[in-house]
Amino acid sequence: MDMTPHFPIYLDYGATTPCDPRVVDAMVPWLREHFGNPASRSHAWGWEAEEAVEKARVQVAELVGADPREIVWTSGATESINLALKGAAQFYKTRGKHLITVKTEHKATLDSMRELERQGFEVTYLDVQANGLLDLDAFKAALRPDTILASVMFVNNEIGVIQDVVALGNLCRERAVIFHVDAAQATGKVAVDLGKLPIDLMSMSAHKTYGPKGMGALYVRRKPRVRLEAQMHGGGHERGMRSGTLPTHQIVGMGEAFRIAREEMGVEQERIRTLHNRLVKGLSGIEQTFINGDLEHRVPHNLNISFNYVEGESLIMGVKGLAVSSGSACTSASLEPSYVLRALGRSDELAHSSLRMTIGRFTTEEEIDYAISVLTDRVAKLRELSPLWDMFKDGIDISTIQWAAH
Amino acid sequence: MAYSEKVVDHYENPRNVGKFDNGDEDVGTGMVGAPACGDVTKLQIKVNPATGLIEDAKFKTYGCGSAIASSSLVTEWVKGKSLDEALTIKNTQIAEELALPPVKIHCSILAEDAIKAAVDDYRAKHATTA
Repeated sequence: MDMTPHFPIYLDYGATTPCDPRVVDAMVPWLREHFGNPASRSHAWGWEAEEAVEKARVQVAELVGADPREIVWTSGATESINLALKGAAQFYKTRGKHLITVKTEHKATLDSMRELERQGFEVTYLDVQANGLLDLDAFKAALRPDTILASVMFVNNEIGVIQDVVALGNLCRERAVIFHVDAAQATGKVAVDLGKLPIDLMSMSAHKTYGPKGMGALYVRRKPRVRLEAQMHGGGHERGMRSGTLPTHQIVGMGEAFRIAREEMGVEQERIRTLHNRLVKGLSGIEQTFINGDLEHRVPHNLNISFNYVEGESLIMGVKGLAVSSGSACTSASLEPSYVLRALGRSDELAHSSLRMTIGRFTTEEEIDYAISVLTDRVAKLRELSPLWDMFKDGIDISTIQWAAH
Repeated sequence: MAYSEKVVDHYENPRNVGKFDNGDEDVGTGMVGAPACGDVTKLQIKVNPATGLIEDAKFKTYGCGSAIASSSLVTEWVKGKSLDEALTIKNTQIAEELALPPVKIHCSILAEDAIKAAVDDYRAKHATTA
């Protein structure tokens, strides 16, 4: 398989990454001859599968500086987040009923929190600052004597900003609040050392780090020990925290993906930063262009950018050679612009005008240059068509106009 | 989402893009939609004072491909029509012509509203002289 098909150019690594060919190669034998159930204790098929699973557990643990015994296999970050939030809230419910999260979190977190509200918990959804980062004082102020759990993303999926999980975790530690971090977009992109970080639970995904889809892990701290109520009941796999036959091939894939990430992250990071800077520089020539999210505290893999007075969906339609996503949720039958961008306080028209480009391991300089030229051309064409652009050019402030909502 | 061929055609080759002088007696301007909703259409008609027919039309649209296509299409449809005839253009006809999916019906409504607004504006300009 050609990893970088020329068209459309894949600039949507935030949605999913291609499986690294080395990952696929590592997985295949565990689908073919080595088909055993890792829980089979009575024969060699089981033993070798168990060994492979445990090797992968070490590989995943090594990337994030954890003890292998702190890694619980799941079907992906969504399941990890569900298990972490519901599992911890339910286990510690006698201590209190208050939970804290952030408005810009992934739906897996927000929707799990909604479910916990239905179960009787009380949730505070914190605002972020205009740069997408959490205000530490606001977080501190939200902590109550009955707060038992807080959940914050490491790296935001839409805008790529990195939250200060050290400071947030320390605030939680002082008050014995369990701290969960959604690291789906962080593994392989930022250095993570759970031996030092004040994080109690951390959700991870394989397919955002060049591993297979349908595979994830949850880090559950041993010292001090964090307890969870299981959400999936059955054979008591994963020390009772997550029952279900372990998918050896998927686990081996995640292990290999995380091994590669650990070994190549340093070099890859620099290459991607260079590409990111090239993209930003190339697009900065376009007037009325705004980068969403903090410019410093971010991963270079993500560029979320608003082209003012150009509607995002029409822009995506015009750049067929690029596989990108719109910050606007227009395409999903809703006319609401991205809730993440709204949480940054972006105006409606800027939120409707955003484009998320996420680059990765197989992105090339030529692809970045092509993206710059196509976007420059299409933004100019759509602005020719835009009555808002005319008004802007005529010096009319469109926020002063009484628009009739429809 | 897959777009119909006609939507793609109007999007790639929009008809009658541009603007007329709003101060022109013969021009009616309609601006509908809102940036908050993700689409704004400005439609202008130029009426021949002798015949009362729309002899030209121009548009500009901020919005998705379907919104652009809907407004582009109606600039073609209103040409040569009287004001009353133009007002008979219904959003359902636009949606049918462009094969808009249900989620994009509002784009055709926006185009219909733009015609009404442009005709109203023209008539308001001529209310005292009529």
